[in-house]
Amino acid sequence: MQQFDKVKFRNNMSLAARQIAISALAVIAALAISMIVVAAMGVNPAKAMSKMISGALGGKSAVAETLVKMTPLLFTGMSYALANRCGLTNIGMEGQLYIGALTATIAGVYIQGLPMVIHLPLTMLAGFLGGGIWGGVVGVLKVKFGANEIITTVMLNTVATNLVQYMVTGPITEPPGDDAQSSPLLDSATLPTILKGTRAHLGILIALLFVVAFYLFLWKSKKGYEIRVSGQNPDAAIYSGINTGRNIMIVMLLAGGLAGLAGATEVMGVQGRLFPTVSPGYGFDGIAVSLIGANTAPGIVAGAFLFGILRAGGNSMQRATGVPVAIISVIQAIVILMVVATGFLREGGFRKKKTSQKAA
Amino acid sequence: MSPINLIGGLITSDLRMATPILLAALGLLIMNRAGLINIGCEGIMLMSAFTAVAATYALHNVWLGMLCAMLVAGVMGALFALLTVSLRANQIVVGVAFNTLGTGLSTVLYRMLFGMDFVSVKEYAFSRVSIPGLKELPLIGEALFDQMPIVYLAFLLVPVVAYFLFRTPTGLNLRSVGENPRAADTLGIDVYKMRYAATIAGCMLMGMGGAFLSTGLLNSFQEGMTANRGFIALAAVIFGKYKPKGVMLATMLFALGLAVANLLPSIGSNIPYNFVTMIPYLLTVVALAGFVGKVTPPAAAGKPYKKG
Repeated sequence: MQQFDKVKFRNNMSLAARQIAISALAVIAALAISMIVVAAMGVNPAKAMSKMISGALGGKSAVAETLVKMTPLLFTGMSYALANRCGLTNIGMEGQLYIGALTATIAGVYIQGLPMVIHLPLTMLAGFLGGGIWGGVVGVLKVKFGANEIITTVMLNTVATNLVQYMVTGPITEPPGDDAQSSPLLDSATLPTILKGTRAHLGILIALLFVVAFYLFLWKSKKGYEIRVSGQNPDAAIYSGINTGRNIMIVMLLAGGLAGLAGATEVMGVQGRLFPTVSPGYGFDGIAVSLIGANTAPGIVAGAFLFGILRAGGNSMQRATGVPVAIISVIQAIVILMVVATGFLREGGFRKKKTSQKAA
Repeated sequence: MSPINLIGGLITSDLRMATPILLAALGLLIMNRAGLINIGCEGIMLMSAFTAVAATYALHNVWLGMLCAMLVAGVMGALFALLTVSLRANQIVVGVAFNTLGTGLSTVLYRMLFGMDFVSVKEYAFSRVSIPGLKELPLIGEALFDQMPIVYLAFLLVPVVAYFLFRTPTGLNLRSVGENPRAADTLGIDVYKMRYAATIAGCMLMGMGGAFLSTGLLNSFQEGMTANRGFIALAAVIFGKYKPKGVMLATMLFALGLAVANLLPSIGSNIPYNFVTMIPYLLTVVALAGFVGKVTPPAAAGKPYKKG
């Protein structure tokens, strides 16, 4: 039924090529700038760089570490991209992640006597629902009360981190309550490792399955089509009878759930229990992941892989050269700024801009 | 401790803790009124908190330290404006990147300059200016007449900003750029220039707030020391309904929350600390949902404008 449209195909290809070029340039520029900073600290940039790469890709346990860091990034990257496809800006992934980690911990510690085949999915579901409710509230507040989702998500982030801090020092603290941490999750709620002798856990495979589901949902389902139309042209969506309000609430629920899964897999696969600082900012990293990946499924995998390398390699770079791991944040911020600064290149490039500049 | 002293002490520390938030919030208000939302306030405050300590340490003068911090914040503001105004990048995403950048860069630069050492600028830090006589007044004496100069300055800026925004032609132009840039452009107002100016000035106020945090409230820089104050400032602007006086009252209310939260353990209360620190954010969500009267943001806030 669908005819092959040569012109459209070529346009799409050049659009994709342009996107890849922009993302690659942004990453290279960010690395270059941060290596200048490293050089200014008196460290040989080549050495720092090679330490980072060997720490992330050199050997089995290094690769495993990259996969560990990739897992939450895949979830938060999808979370931001899904909301963004619907025209929403979800800055609240960090909070949704925290709540997902909290509810998963509660399910993983206090529901006892279940076999793993039931307990493990149940714990993940708890994480999904926790994050989903935290995100869904934002959707309801936006649709029913007109509250801007950007500000509410920012505010709810801090509420979530405070709530987790309170819970691990109070109601769900590990007896006798000397440390700010929960009891360990039961074995039946712990994600098994997939590479012997490393920290790589089943979560990465689950995350990749979700990427496939993310693709099928957005591009192969009717609901996904509606969501993308609402994001690109809300007026057209309303005229064609799409219930945009309900879609916003559904999307915020799902996006929150995805971020919640990032928290759930962290406690279930990596940390084994809930600490007051579950995440070093994976929620915000998701924005960079999705920007690099232009809100597409393969792009998100590539973006998560890249930032996974930075996170995993950053630690070994710090150990070997003394360059603080905080440099990763700098690299990441520059990547984001480069991608958004060159955004106009994607929307038609220089040609249009030049003419309008002359007119101005 | 008598109740009068307790309440007096609470008011004193409330005004002091409100100061950095108020300065940042006034900066955000000016930007917001010109149609710009800056989520990156936290990152800008962190960078300037670091700069203030480093510059004070090097120059042995806390005022010069604050000036350097404001310059750094102004440069960040210029970058923000370049990206969001000229290149029309998404303001929210740029703001998030600024937070990441501020957190990362302040840590990296501090380690680069001082390593793991603890650097105190106590001997140069802001000191109190007290007015003899009036200072002895019960309850409010210490709060109103025995504070650091920046505290007075911050609260004096409230009527100044209000006068500027609502009583001067430039202020009117600035607000029109935030409400309807197309119409403002037609009337001959340079929308880009106005937004650049508002961003740079606003970010310099945030820088002042960050500098006061590290060289006034404390005498040193710690990683992530702003502890969400940038977000509280953002909340205060909304909760204060985009009016200078409202913003001031909101920051005083939120700072009272912080002051009370710090006081709780010492008076043996068992209200969890975290519940008190949550209040500003929850109140803002409630306000946004319209439960406490309508909050109307400037119509063009967050939207890029294309000259054409």
